[in-house]
Amino acid sequence: MKKEKKMATRRDALRKMLQGAGFLGMGGLAWGGYIDEAKATEVILRPPGAITEEDFLKACTRCGECVTACPYDTLKLAEPGDNKPIGTPFFEPRKIPCEMCTEIPCVPVCPSGALDIKSVSTLDEESKKDKLDINKARMGAAIIDKKNCVAFWGIQCDLCYRACPLMDEAISIEYERNERTGKHAFLKPVVNTEVCTGCGLCEAACITEKASIMVLPLHLITGKVSDTYIKGWDENDEKRLEDADEQEVGNSDKALEYLNGDWEDLIDE
Amino acid sequence: MNKLLKTHRWLITRRIVQFSILFLFVSSNLFGWKVLTGDLSTAKVLDSFHLADPYMVTQIFATGYIVAADTLIGALIVFLFYALIGGRAFCSWVCPINIVTESASRLRKILTLYRENIKVPIKRNVRYWLLALSIVLSFLTGVAAFEIISPIGMLHRGVIFGFGFGIAAIIFLFFFDLFVLQNGWCGYLCPLGAFYSLTNRFSIFKIKHTVENCTACNKCFMVCPEKQVLGIINKQSGRITGGECTNCGRCVEVCEDNSLKFSINNYKKNKLIR
Repeated sequence: MKKEKKMATRRDALRKMLQGAGFLGMGGLAWGGYIDEAKATEVILRPPGAITEEDFLKACTRCGECVTACPYDTLKLAEPGDNKPIGTPFFEPRKIPCEMCTEIPCVPVCPSGALDIKSVSTLDEESKKDKLDINKARMGAAIIDKKNCVAFWGIQCDLCYRACPLMDEAISIEYERNERTGKHAFLKPVVNTEVCTGCGLCEAACITEKASIMVLPLHLITGKVSDTYIKGWDENDEKRLEDADEQEVGNSDKALEYLNGDWEDLIDE
Repeated sequence: MNKLLKTHRWLITRRIVQFSILFLFVSSNLFGWKVLTGDLSTAKVLDSFHLADPYMVTQIFATGYIVAADTLIGALIVFLFYALIGGRAFCSWVCPINIVTESASRLRKILTLYRENIKVPIKRNVRYWLLALSIVLSFLTGVAAFEIISPIGMLHRGVIFGFGFGIAAIIFLFFFDLFVLQNGWCGYLCPLGAFYSLTNRFSIFKIKHTVENCTACNKCFMVCPEKQVLGIINKQSGRITGGECTNCGRCVEVCEDNSLKFSINNYKKNKLIR
């Protein structure tokens, strides 16, 4: 009888184990699915000095030290409903842009390494020490909606240009004759995404109902050129070829056969 | 009145500790005090050193990221502190969710909801599975899995930095504990509590039971949020050794027979029994 009971418990144990595995699997699926969904948010602007978004999500401990340090209340921790990874810091420039403090109070306080102080420092030539430099921040970059920007209509507005802390570098004004009136000029704002820090002061200043100049994360608005295209006139750009794969593309024999072969073979009957 | 004070002396002390810690965090944003900045995930004390949640740092490790030394050392300090004091002391003395769930539990008793014999569909060890799952998911998704859904985080961040929709999660949790399952969150699900449960085997403070004084009044069972740790009550003298004991002291304050007391762990005797 004792043996029989033992058999029963073993069977029970197996059943329970599989039951547990089922629950665990379902739970893991729901939980993991939620995390994937939350991670998928691409349009999120991080504090200056933030490491790549993938690493940032791993590293940020959600302590909010950067939020406390920010003197303009620019930074916020994501809440449920913000549709952003919960607890991580972000900012919305149309509400409160980054004012680009020269002493960058939000970065040195980060205890986890999610905000990298090196990425916003330059070497000071005199003291040979790293010096904070907010102009090196790459929180994002501004892009302009030329359809709705009134400057592109011919109405004079250079608010984004004047709001920009890197005036004439990050945003400059291009002059162009207005053919419609024949006696006026377009004063078109142009963003240099290589200099733009993504502070969003331009987006906050924009006079259109919904801003016509807006900051987006860099990876969303930048393309990438493969080794196929090189600026032959630029020595620096040619360096890209140095570590290029020397993998042969295509079949050269076939190409030669094609060129030397009878052209009649190539015609389909 | 005096009796009420006496039977709630530890509860009142705990509330003072919990609210003081929260207040010090809030003050860093309100008045710029530097006593405690950050929040319960990672905090800076007196503008000099960091404290960090060791469970969170474990999850971050699982994602494959090595946190900066500040956070790592902070996590080690907290881990050793609770391992020494009593792992789940965090739960009953610091964690703000404790205030929510204990209120729900109290209200449940006042409304006599506890009499309904609804069969509990989950077991208390679910939290350990969630703990394991959170580590696996952190590894797979590259995000600290519990931190992204943690109602504890939502609550303390809400109090410290301002509430948004996070408050809804806390209200749900309150109703879950009130109507669905007594101590449902803290006693069955919370992986952070599970994490600390695993750390306090050798901690200093343990509840001591003297069986000779016990009159089997059952009051300790009525108040204990983790009744399974009370196995020795009215059976044998000794320490409550279960890791799930939160050292909340409720049993100590309601015991009128001087049979339950805070005490120092008896390391020798524990070895003999086990």
